[in-house]
This record gives sequence, C-alpha cells and structure tokens, in this order.
Amino acid sequence: MKLGLVVDLDTCVGCHGCATACKQWNTSGTIGPLSDKDPYGKDPNGAWLNRIRTYEVDDHPNSKTVNMPLSCMHCDNAACVTVCPTGASYKREEDGIVLVDQDKCMGCNLCSWACPYGARELDPHQGTMKKCTLCVDRIYDERLPEDERKPACVMTCPTKSRVFGDFDDPNSEVSQLVRDRAGKQLMPELGYEPVNTYLPPRNKPVVETYEPKSIKATVKGWVNKVIAR
Amino acid sequence: MHPAFSVLVFTVMSGAGYGLITLMALGHLLGLPQLQDSSVLLTGGVVSFVLISGGLLSSTLHLANPKNAWRSFSRFKTSWLSREAVFAVLFYPFVLGYLTNIWVNGAEVNAIAQLTGFGAALLAMVTLFCTSMIYASLKTIRQWNTSLTPVNYIALGLMSGSLLLAAVQASVAGDLSSVLHNLAIGLVVLGAVVKLIYLFWIGKPAGSTINTATGFTQASVRLLDQGHTSNGFLNNEFGYTLEANKLMRLRVLMVGIAFVMPFFLLLTSSAGLLALAAILTIIGLLVERWLFFAEARHVVRLFHGDQRV
Ligand code: SF4
Ligand code: SF4
Ligand code: SF4
Repeated sequence: MKLGLVVDLDTCVGCHGCATACKQWNTSGTIGPLSDKDPYGKDPNGAWLNRIRTYEVDDHPNSKTVNMPLSCMHCDNAACVTVCPTGASYKREEDGIVLVDQDKCMGCNLCSWACPYGARELDPHQGTMKKCTLCVDRIYDERLPEDERKPACVMTCPTKSRVFGDFDDPNSEVSQLVRDRAGKQLMPELGYEPVNTYLPPRNKPVVETYEPKSIKATVKGWVNKVIAR
Repeated sequence: MHPAFSVLVFTVMSGAGYGLITLMALGHLLGLPQLQDSSVLLTGGVVSFVLISGGLLSSTLHLANPKNAWRSFSRFKTSWLSREAVFAVLFYPFVLGYLTNIWVNGAEVNAIAQLTGFGAALLAMVTLFCTSMIYASLKTIRQWNTSLTPVNYIALGLMSGSLLLAAVQASVAGDLSSVLHNLAIGLVVLGAVVKLIYLFWIGKPAGSTINTATGFTQASVRLLDQGHTSNGFLNNEFGYTLEANKLMRLRVLMVGIAFVMPFFLLLTSSAGLLALAAILTIIGLLVERWLFFAEARHVVRLFHGDQRV
C-alpha cells in the first residue's frame, strides 16, 4: 500500500478548514499536543501540520488565484528519514506513512532541513519534530464508521478538494484522478518522489473584464456611434 | 538559513582542534625535528582537546530536546549526523591514549604513539568530513549540496589547525620551525583559494524555482498570501535574508580577517604575532561560518514567494 492524498487545485477555495481540522484532531492525537507559543499575544507561533498558501498564476487577463495546501507528501524517497540520527523519523513498510517517534526525537531540526516541502515543524514547547501523520489514528480506527476512516482534513474539506487513498491500487479513486486530471508532483527534480499529488486547475475560458476607458475615448466612441447612425 | 550560534562555534572550534591534532600527530610521528619536544606536543594536545570538547558541548546546545541526544548514535548506516557522533566519540580513546603516552614516555615514537597517533589523526579527519557531509548531503540547499562543502570544511580546519600549531610550537619552544611556518602559509593560501572558488560557485543561479515548486511551469507565479498572520517555524528557520550590500561587506571582512591579515602576520614570524594570527583566523572563520548559513537558501523559500533559490 502507498497511502497519500490528492489535492484538487481547481476546486480548493483556500478556506483553511483542512488546516484547522488537522490541528484540532492532531493536538490530541498520537503525536501529542501541537503547541502554540504566545497564542493570544502579539507574535503567536505554533506547530501546524498543514498550511495553505495562495498564489497568482499567469498574468492578467489570464491570471488565476490558486490556493495550495501543503502537508507531508509521504515521499517514497524521504531524505527526512535517512538524515535522522536518532531513528525517530521512520517510514512504515506496510503503507508508506512517514512518522516521527516523539519519544526518540532530540529536536536537532535536521529532518526539517532535508524536507523540500516545509512539512516539518518543531514543537515550540516539547522541542520535538511534528509532521502530518496521515491521521494514522483515524484511518485504521475500527470504532469509527467505515466512511469516516479518513484523515480529518479530508473529512472536513467543504469542496471535497482532498481525496485520500492507495496510490498502489490502479483502480482507487486517487489513482483514477491522477490519471484523468494529469496530476502533478511538486519539485520532482529533487527526486524525493512525493506521493501526494496535485490536480492542476482546469482550463476555462478567460472571464471578460470591464476595462474603464478615458473620457476622451468614451466621447469619441459615442460620437462615432451617432455619426454612423 | 538562520545561523545558530552554537553550531557556528562548534564547527569552527572543533574544525581547528581536529586540524591541529592531525597535523601535530603526523609531524611528530613522521619525525619532524621541532615536534619531538614533549612540552610542545602536550600543549598542542591540550589546546586541541579543549577546542574539540568545547565545540562538541556547544553543538548539543542547539538541540531542542537534548535528553534524547544519546540516541543519535543509532542510525550510523544512513545519517551523516549519526556518523559524526560515532566518530567524534571514537576519537577520544585514541587522542587520550596518544597524549597519555607522551605524558608518560615523552616524545619518543613507540608503537603506542604510532597506533594512537595515526588513529587520532585519521578519526579527526573522518569526523570533520562527516560534519561537512551533514550539510553537503542536503539536496534542498543548493549552496551546500556540493563537493566544495567538504573541501571547504577540511581545508579550513587544517588551515586554522596549522596556525595554532605554529603558534604553540613557537611560543613553547621559543624558536619557530620553518617547516610549520611554511605549512601554515601554504594552507592559508589554499584555504583562501578554496573559499573564493566556493563564493564564485554559489553566485551562479540554478536549481528549483517557484514554478517547479508549485507545478506551474508554463506561467509566471507570484505569492499572494503565506496563509498566516505571524511568522512560524519555517519563516524563522529558513527565511533569513541578508541585504546585498551587507553581504558584500561581510564577505570582505571575512576574507580580510580569516586569510589576508593572518597571511601578513605569518610573514613576520614572531611568536606573539603568530598567536594573534591564529586567533584572528578563528574569529574570521566564525564570520565565514555565519555567512555559510546566512547565504544558504532552502527551497521552502520558494513556497514563501522567492522566485528562485
Ligand atoms: S514531504 Fe518532507 S517530511 Fe514528508 S516525507 Fe517528504 S521529505 Fe519527509
Ligand atoms: S529533529 Fe528529531 S526527527 Fe528530526 S532528524 Fe532530529 S532527531 Fe530526527
Ligand atoms: S492527513 Fe491528518 S495529519 Fe495530515 S494534514 Fe490531513 S488532517 Fe493533518
């Protein structure tokens, strides 16, 4: 099994719901609290496992706003694991999930340096490294109804822009989406072979925009129209 | 990259200590006449021991959870940091054996001296190499991911070690060995050349861009919003930016203190000025190491709006 997420950049509206749900679920999950430093102060700072950035792609009038959620890609070739000196970072054989054993981590930050996607953040209170667990404490929990055995971020997304599944199974929803929508990996040139895949926005006709003209041009156009009549 | 002071101190001090013990042990065992004096050897040994141990202690200061530091020996197979830790510890019995033997038997080159001396020299270089590979192995930081990084670390470690060795020998024995003097001059020139090549090399743009990071390779991409209202871990760790004019001034300062001034002081060959040269080099190398971090640009910056790294 190769578990991971597909993120649809066409439909993501950048609501930050997945990031909030992630923090809410995981702060009481297997990797312990996701602490905040000075949460109500002037300069709050805290550990998040998922962050959403917003970009403008292409130039006017073809420009488009793209919201890009980034969490751990559970890379096949995860250098964050091999650089870890303590063995706290590991990748599970059975499903490819990359995790940090909180009891072994010494907080050296090296894994966060090795990660190209900014997926690892040091917990400001515990001094240990935190990262997306792919909600390993949800997806296998047999006490949850079967359709809820999904990551918190996937469950909460109001536009269904996040899909969870097995990339090794060619018939899974994620594999089909990647095929049909030409899914992309980010920064493939670094060779980390990220599992999470991003679906590019669909091509849509450019929306016509109203261009205000100068008064002279408006009057000229109006006069031309009158004369032509 | 945010320059962590404890890491700067660690790499510079232990580099100088490893360089010093390596050159001294090799000179002693290969029969360099001025290094057959046990008080020179013991002084040099203690200086290097203090530098290395102080450096290693300082390196643990940047750990956020040091109570698990003992576990860092456990991933020797894959992690350069783990290898560094293992070799750094393995070095101790050799260097202690070497120095104890000199304490007891004087400068005589016996079998124990050979075994422990060559062993300590080898492990010192291997540890220094492992330290440099921690940085050189990171594909995420183009300015580090090059074979120039280990070359820099080893050349600069030997350079500062050779200055310390010349200074120790001159002040303990009273007269300066011309071999050690020439060696120090040669290594200062080599160190400067290696550093200048590195500075030239990192000036060339290459590698990932905001387009490959976001997957939009056929259009321009601009950041609109980082998605948070105050800086987080990623901003603090990777967002360090140095203004271009400050950078140039620091580079000039670094080359001046670490290489040019020691070079001219070496030409005078007085024991006091040699010690000054060694201290200047170490201060200069602290600036050098600070720049090594400050100029390194991690690819996460692309997600935060940099067009290229
Ligand atoms: S995204 Fe980063 S933290 Fe996650 S597996 Fe890849 S390299 Fe490791
Ligand atoms: S911060 Fe923790 S998980 Fe990361 S490399 Fe260091 S010990 Fe390993
Ligand atoms: S899978 Fe779970 S831990 Fe990972 S980003 Fe989603 S909610 Fe957070």
